[in-house]
Amino acid sequence: MIKKNSINNEKIVDLISIVKSFDHVKAVNNVSLGINEGEFFSLLGPSGCGKTTLLRVIAGFEKPENGNVFINGTNVNSVAPNNRPTNMVFQNYAIFPHLNVSENVGYGLRNTNLSKDQILKKIDGALKLVGLKGYNKRASSALSGGQRQRVALARALILKPRVLLLDEPLSALDKNLREQMQFELRQLQKSVGITFILVTHDQTEALTMSDRVGVMFNGKVDQVATPEQIYNKPETKMVAAFIGSMNFFETKCLEKSSKTVTVFHKDLGNVKLLKNNIFGVESTKLTIGIRPENLKIISDNLKIQSKSFTAKIVEKSFMGDTMLYSIKLNQSENNNTYNISISDIKNSPNPNIGDKISVTFEEADVVAYYEE
Amino acid sequence: MKKSNKIFKSIVISFLIFLYAPALLLPIFSFNNSKVIAFPLSGFSTIWFEELLYENTLHNALFNSLVIAISSTILATILGTLVARASTRYIFYGKKISITFILVPLILPEIILGVCLLTVLIQLGLDLNLWSVVLGHTLLITPFSTLIMVSAFNNLDISLEEASLDLGMSSLQTFWIIILPMVSPGLISSLLIGFVISLDEFIIAFFLTGVEPTLPVYIWSQFRFPAKLPSTMALGTVLLIVSLILVSLFEYFRRRMELYNNYGVELDQK
Repeated sequence: MIKKNSINNEKIVDLISIVKSFDHVKAVNNVSLGINEGEFFSLLGPSGCGKTTLLRVIAGFEKPENGNVFINGTNVNSVAPNNRPTNMVFQNYAIFPHLNVSENVGYGLRNTNLSKDQILKKIDGALKLVGLKGYNKRASSALSGGQRQRVALARALILKPRVLLLDEPLSALDKNLREQMQFELRQLQKSVGITFILVTHDQTEALTMSDRVGVMFNGKVDQVATPEQIYNKPETKMVAAFIGSMNFFETKCLEKSSKTVTVFHKDLGNVKLLKNNIFGVESTKLTIGIRPENLKIISDNLKIQSKSFTAKIVEKSFMGDTMLYSIKLNQSENNNTYNISISDIKNSPNPNIGDKISVTFEEADVVAYYEE
Repeated sequence: MKKSNKIFKSIVISFLIFLYAPALLLPIFSFNNSKVIAFPLSGFSTIWFEELLYENTLHNALFNSLVIAISSTILATILGTLVARASTRYIFYGKKISITFILVPLILPEIILGVCLLTVLIQLGLDLNLWSVVLGHTLLITPFSTLIMVSAFNNLDISLEEASLDLGMSSLQTFWIIILPMVSPGLISSLLIGFVISLDEFIIAFFLTGVEPTLPVYIWSQFRFPAKLPSTMALGTVLLIVSLILVSLFEYFRRRMELYNNYGVELDQK
């Protein structure tokens, strides 16, 4: 049944054209994805995008209708979850309530030939790894949310899986604990060197913890890249809108050269875009995106060097480390508002609601998407 | 408002009196030292209980009843567990209709059930004995077991099962180490309620029993002899106390099961 396959050796998990539907709805629609050995990979997307289904396909809980799953170069399509070199941390942790901490952590070792002493030693080691040393005899019902998660981690890691799958493991924790666990998970991953695949809907979590992120929408993976690339060069409009916040302007294509495309917008005027920053199938209409922090308000005495446009402030909110302005454009008839975020509050002009301002941006910071 | 409250209160109180006063008469008359079941009481005595100790036919009937109750309860609980597991975990053709048929004995009058079973057994040419009663009682208890076990399995978080498989255990190991202990309060409830149902079931036992009567059939036969009435009352008292203990145990385990249940809910909310 298990056949060796040497398509790709550095990829610990290789998904090829995976399709999985529930009641004729494609939860995962033709996804191909490779995950490298030893990396911290996150599957990010809104709820219902198919990220958990994809994780369960890797674990073996869902059988894909189409496509192949390779783990460590072996096709595991017909391998049951209990025979895959993966272990999972469930969203609700799935701690066995009638077993204590030791019994939970050592659960997976029951089927091995290890002696009792060896098992006890391994349990102690795993508990130490997750910071629960001495909790061996604790009843699982007496554990807090964070402790449950640590037990779930220890229980999965004790089997030394090639890949650890984590299904929204932090979503049940409160904010402070979540941030602490984000950091700890990252440290843990580095120290054990096991490939982690994390499913999350929290973009901050995905961006801060991961080596690479795959962003999913409607059963498809839109972009796989490093957190920096995802943020700075989102390759689809949906990724751009989902990650951070983005101002979108609809423009028309004026002219194309070998390295640039010039587009026109009523307020912004002509904008010269770098071809590297343009995505999608070529057409005459483009939506351009500028991050709020890439827009700057020009003080009166400053000479304008780059692109600029005028706007009116409709709202202003102080966020502590940043000042957020909502602006309306002068020429455009639509009622859209756009955001500017200023982090260097002290050295920036401080206009009030109703003021007319000039706004500037760097053309190199602009990303653009062809519209159909 | 207050007036209607008083009316409701008196309705409830009279209801309780009608329900439990006859049951209270049992212990009262079983300790009375007269053969006549009537007030005024003539004096305290435990003679009727002592008489129970020497009643050989009673002992046989009790033994028969215990054999039937234990066998049919275990059989029905195994069947109910299998049905419940299938209905909560798997999707298959004809699931709804087959579950409905399994639950039919709940609403079917026992006398119909008894007559039908008798007809079938005689047509098949089988002898009437303890095992025919076991068969009838299993049929009667299985719906109760099924309902109890369905709720036990429904309370079970499926990710526990998946976690066990994920950690390298086979389906069978998962069933023994994780699933069974988690539904054990349900199993115990099912065993207790099944035992009580079988122990005091009369109609089916009456139809299907051959020459070996069960306890209720024995009690019924004793009513022909007025002299035996006080000791029958004593027997009733013993049965009442045993039933009360069993039902209390059932309730205890049912609450234990709910505790497991709430534990799951609490986790979801966190």
